[in-house]
Amino acid sequence: MVQLHRFTAAVPLIASLALVGCASDGGGVQSQKMAAIKARGSLICGVDGKLPGFSFVSPDGSYSGLDVDICKATAAAVLSDPAKVTYRDLSATERFAALSSGEVDLLSRNTTMTLSRDAPGGNALAFAPTTFFDGQAVMVPATSGIRSLKDVAGKPICVETGTASELNLADRMRELNATYTPLKFQSGDQTYAAYLQGRCVAVTTDRSQLAAKRTGFPKPSEHILLPDVLSKEPLNPATVNADPAWADAVRWVVYSLIQAEEMGITAANIDAKVAEAKANKNLAQLRRFFGVEGDLGKQLGLPADFVVRTVKAVGNYGEVFERNVGTGSPLKLERGVNQQWRQGGLMYSPPFL
Amino acid sequence: MTSRSEVTPWWRNRRYLPWLVQGAVALVIGVVVAFLLTNLLLNLTARGLLLSWSWLGQPAGFDLAETILPFDASLPYWRAMLAGLVNTLRVVIAGLVGATVLGTLIGTASFSSNGLLRRLARVYVEVIRNIPLLLQLIFWYFVVFLALPNGRDALQLPGLVLAKSGLFLGSPELVDGVWQAPLRFTVEFGALLTGLVVYTAAFIAEVVRGGIASVPKGQWEAATSLGFPPLLTLRRIVLPQALRVIVPGLNSQYISLAKNSSLAVACGFTDLYSVSETTLNQTGRAIEVMLILLGSYLVIDLVISALMNGLNGLVQLRER
Repeated sequence: MVQLHRFTAAVPLIASLALVGCASDGGGVQSQKMAAIKARGSLICGVDGKLPGFSFVSPDGSYSGLDVDICKATAAAVLSDPAKVTYRDLSATERFAALSSGEVDLLSRNTTMTLSRDAPGGNALAFAPTTFFDGQAVMVPATSGIRSLKDVAGKPICVETGTASELNLADRMRELNATYTPLKFQSGDQTYAAYLQGRCVAVTTDRSQLAAKRTGFPKPSEHILLPDVLSKEPLNPATVNADPAWADAVRWVVYSLIQAEEMGITAANIDAKVAEAKANKNLAQLRRFFGVEGDLGKQLGLPADFVVRTVKAVGNYGEVFERNVGTGSPLKLERGVNQQWRQGGLMYSPPFL
Repeated sequence: MTSRSEVTPWWRNRRYLPWLVQGAVALVIGVVVAFLLTNLLLNLTARGLLLSWSWLGQPAGFDLAETILPFDASLPYWRAMLAGLVNTLRVVIAGLVGATVLGTLIGTASFSSNGLLRRLARVYVEVIRNIPLLLQLIFWYFVVFLALPNGRDALQLPGLVLAKSGLFLGSPELVDGVWQAPLRFTVEFGALLTGLVVYTAAFIAEVVRGGIASVPKGQWEAATSLGFPPLLTLRRIVLPQALRVIVPGLNSQYISLAKNSSLAVACGFTDLYSVSETTLNQTGRAIEVMLILLGSYLVIDLVISALMNGLNGLVQLRER
């Protein structure tokens, strides 16, 4: 009887050992989520969809933007094809429920990383590195005479409900000991419509988002951004805590774009760089980065050359920034703190070792 | 016969059969509900999301645009949600009164001897009830109310100012470009109330019309032959009889109005739903907030239903 018990206890153990054996045969660690994405043949990416420069649907139904490029780079790394992405437009309120319920694989929707969103006792998200360092700002009509946040006191201000902006605004106005009237709307479109109609003297959200929305105003030059910075808003892609292997894969996909820029690798010169790395055995760092030697990709459960795929798909971080939100784009945002660390910015990738 | 009924097997016995069927149905429902609940709890536990209510006592940290209950950002979440609930009740009660008055007027107008009035009532009902309420709310708010003039250009009457920021009563004065007054209704409240009243009145008008039509024509003719003028006939003879048909129909319209008030967020009004959404965002307690929301609307609707059932008992024919 005792022996039988031991035997029955051993069965699942042996079975699990066998499974582990299979997994290591398959090469590297496999996350459940990644296996599901490969089986499905498409990455489901949660985006905003209405924010020029970050994620925006063009009239022909295709998506573009900085957030969208992260989706494409991830799809390129996992599925070898940046086009294999199914986009899901999510509102600020829906986004976390959609991610934790598994409805989307990756949330790339100008989401601010905060402690309570990261913590297991909060939203339990796993954040990838910051793709855009933003800060909350306030936009007012140029003719309003308002030149600082203090002047907004006692007046109505429009804000989108379900965002960190809502809380930051409340905190800052309490610091200033000023009363204000927050008019809350469920969608960004309604928020800006009420502002343009003159119901509010100001509208507040992330600086990048205000700049993006302003491009769609009838007269963009009649609206100014106040110098006040209400908050730090590091915008990060996110996955869930429950699948650390998938979170790691996304994290290093983002780092690959930042590291590529630091090494001067662009979508245009990557083929030449790869050829160079293959030819010259002494370029150890470059060879590891491209997966010509070592097993960095495999350790993440990604193809060995995942870096080549991500950079080919969207270019390096600098190219992604310039194309979508940089001075050449309609948003005309300066690199600022989003510059590489060597240029005094905050974009810094840990070593690919 | 008695001897035969004694041998009837229990599964064909009419005394037990209904109980058995009821019991089986109850069992199936019980099992399904238990499965759903355990499934929910298991999944929540797996994600570390066990229900907790301690957050209700933490400071909310956000301001509300308009409240009757005094509120500021340092008060706890439950006070914020209560303030939202009071705002919801305010718009629901005002909406019920407004929609009933307007609906009754339009419903009776469709029996008017004036052809123009009769046709206008029909056009109103057909146009309003065939356009989604959400669109109507957005129309009222963005197109009508936000088109009001602002600041110094506002419509000013003695003791009354109508501006883009709202209706100000008492002795309104312009302080630093913003109107201030002891009594004020915001345009958000105005737009929501107008939308709900106009929309629900169309349905109530149909209920009233049906009720009046259910009163036999002979009643009108009898009253006329006794020398009653038309309005008095309507008030004293027809409406009391029509109420028996109208009240049950009104009940469901009233409940719809209460539920529809949650569309407030489309026009920026801080109702229970809007406050709940902010709370949900800041605390991450989606299930708890949703339970509070569901419970609140359920209670509001059950109370309306109970009141209307009481009223229904009063207007029914009392047979002796």
